[in-house]
Amino acid sequence: MSIYLNKDSKIIVQGITGGMGAKHTALMLDSGASIVGGVNARKAGTTVTHKDHDGKDVELPVFGTVKEAMTETGANVSVLFVPPAFTKDACVEAIDAEMPLIVVITEGVPVQDTAEVWSYLQGKSTRMIGPNCPGIITPGESLAGITPHTITGPGPVGLVSKSGTLTYQMMYELKDFGFSTAIGIGGDPIVGTTHIDALQAFEEDPDTKVIVMIGEIGGDAEERAAAYIKDNITKPVVGYVAGFTAPEGKTMGHAGAIVSGSSGTAAAKKEALEAVGVKVGKTPSETAALAREILQGL
Amino acid sequence: MDLMEFQAKELFAKHGVATTLGVVVETAEEAKAAAEKMGGVVVVKAQVKAGGRGKAGGVKLAKTPDEAFEHATNILNLTIKDLPVNRVLITPATPPEEEYYFSFLLDRSNRQYLCIASVEGGVEIEEVAKTNPDAVKKIAIDPGAGVDADKARAIATEAAFPEPVFEQAVEMIEKLYKVFVEEDATLVEVNPLARLAGDKLEALDGKVSLDDNASEVRHPDHEEFEIREEADHLESKAKDLGLNYVKLDGEVGIIGNGAGLVMSTLDVVAYAGEAHGGVKPANFLDIGGGANAEVMANGLDVILHDPQVKSVFVNVFGGITACDEVANGIVGALKILGDEAKKPLVVRLDGNNVELGRQILADANHPLVTLAETMDGGADKAAELANNQAA
Repeated sequence: MSIYLNKDSKIIVQGITGGMGAKHTALMLDSGASIVGGVNARKAGTTVTHKDHDGKDVELPVFGTVKEAMTETGANVSVLFVPPAFTKDACVEAIDAEMPLIVVITEGVPVQDTAEVWSYLQGKSTRMIGPNCPGIITPGESLAGITPHTITGPGPVGLVSKSGTLTYQMMYELKDFGFSTAIGIGGDPIVGTTHIDALQAFEEDPDTKVIVMIGEIGGDAEERAAAYIKDNITKPVVGYVAGFTAPEGKTMGHAGAIVSGSSGTAAAKKEALEAVGVKVGKTPSETAALAREILQGL
Repeated sequence: MDLMEFQAKELFAKHGVATTLGVVVETAEEAKAAAEKMGGVVVVKAQVKAGGRGKAGGVKLAKTPDEAFEHATNILNLTIKDLPVNRVLITPATPPEEEYYFSFLLDRSNRQYLCIASVEGGVEIEEVAKTNPDAVKKIAIDPGAGVDADKARAIATEAAFPEPVFEQAVEMIEKLYKVFVEEDATLVEVNPLARLAGDKLEALDGKVSLDDNASEVRHPDHEEFEIREEADHLESKAKDLGLNYVKLDGEVGIIGNGAGLVMSTLDVVAYAGEAHGGVKPANFLDIGGGANAEVMANGLDVILHDPQVKSVFVNVFGGITACDEVANGIVGALKILGDEAKKPLVVRLDGNNVELGRQILADANHPLVTLAETMDGGADKAAELANNQAA
């Protein structure tokens, strides 16, 4: 089991013919994920060829629209490698096609575009992950995004993180245990899937025994997650928050990573999580050690 | 990017929001000349990206050009919240009869926009919010629906703008929303929004924050708002090199990949520094996915030119990035920098192609480079080296 993504997921790539799209389509195929095609209106009717996990050539059809790609392939996940200027339209197209899951990798999307997409999404059937995220991996089953599939295999840890490289780092630290699903929700001020969404899904997933939650400065997503954990999560949660040394008013790489006045600080987030019984590590390795302790006691 | 008052007002004027632009000057002589030209009483206002300018003595009334000269001299010598005042705005003094507060902002918690309005006090809004929270109206804005004439009217009604300025308020709300969406702002604030003599509504002050992503994608004209001489010169250089760099006050230079990992590296170095004379991280620098020799050389170039830096910690987890490319980048960068590179480097590599990467660094056997096995170990070593160099 897993959350949001499994071996039956059929994935298309919006922007499959671009540099990033092509590179990561190949890497996703190599992971064993079921990639069934792509979308590029200007190259509809052509194909792209990449190697699968066994080194065999796979010819993938390029469709003109998401709707067509879904009809022809039965795709239920779309990964977006679309330049930021066109990301909003690409999302709207996928939402209109009733794509169940869209994973928006693109970094640099104007936040008002994301706000509009989020508004458009309300009452519709699509779940959005991202933007500005590494995507989601269910090791051994599927990969929709750019997370390296070689770090670790399936296991009992569920991971939700704002950051890509911290996701990789944590998967690496706990590689001997493995992961049910690791999801990078993205570092933008507005994202489609939150810590709370992932926590809820991990709570319901029987294969997830321990949840690791990685946050960072900016906004109040971690504080909200803490309140949610208190009332709704029975599984052990281990936390980590990055950005204790970040100065006020400076954006630290991620568009959403900014301390404004006294709000959004790492200290406040850590405190909120600890107040509801979440063990919070001072460093990634200490966090991994806390998770390890729980895993060894299972 | 946060704008200064005069820049915010330029955007207001561009979208038809009633405001007085005034004249921006950098010397007291120019301030005097501007006051002479305007005639009458003028206001001399410090232009820095910080609140509380009035309380810091950065806003003064001048009855004569000589007074304008005097105030400008003093204000240009001020430092407000660590920011030196390099320019002042001269505007005709227009004493408000009433002060209101108005803003549109990105409400990230609720993933929508928020309008905040109050007709009870302008500059003292934070006090009003505490003592009389009901007087501060918060109105959610659906980003899909936006603010049209009807919505603007509904906002003005809820905020209870008084009758003599009500229609002007409706019009201004619609225009301020245009500033918010058409300029891709995350904050548009008018404080005070003033009712002047003759029931004229005007934005007396303005604060605008622009979304950098949007500026990059569709507002090339926003580049002119960047005031370079105020940025740290290292930050300025990094920006020219296309690097994601933030200068901090510390001794250990940091290079890493991925915003989260770099933030975390700063924290780990700060913890490690507690045992090594209290050394701290000197910067945030994310070299992103493609860490080739050139990017690494640029990064090292910026960091090694920071006189505060005593050692450098390169912390890379090769996800997509291959560690051998990073290692080649470091070796190449040290070649490019030659004798300019004098500070010790601690390098921790993990992930994709790590053995190859470590081998490349081992083979290069550069006297300045120390390899670390783990992130915590590398941070400790870098802190130790920085402390030794400082001693």
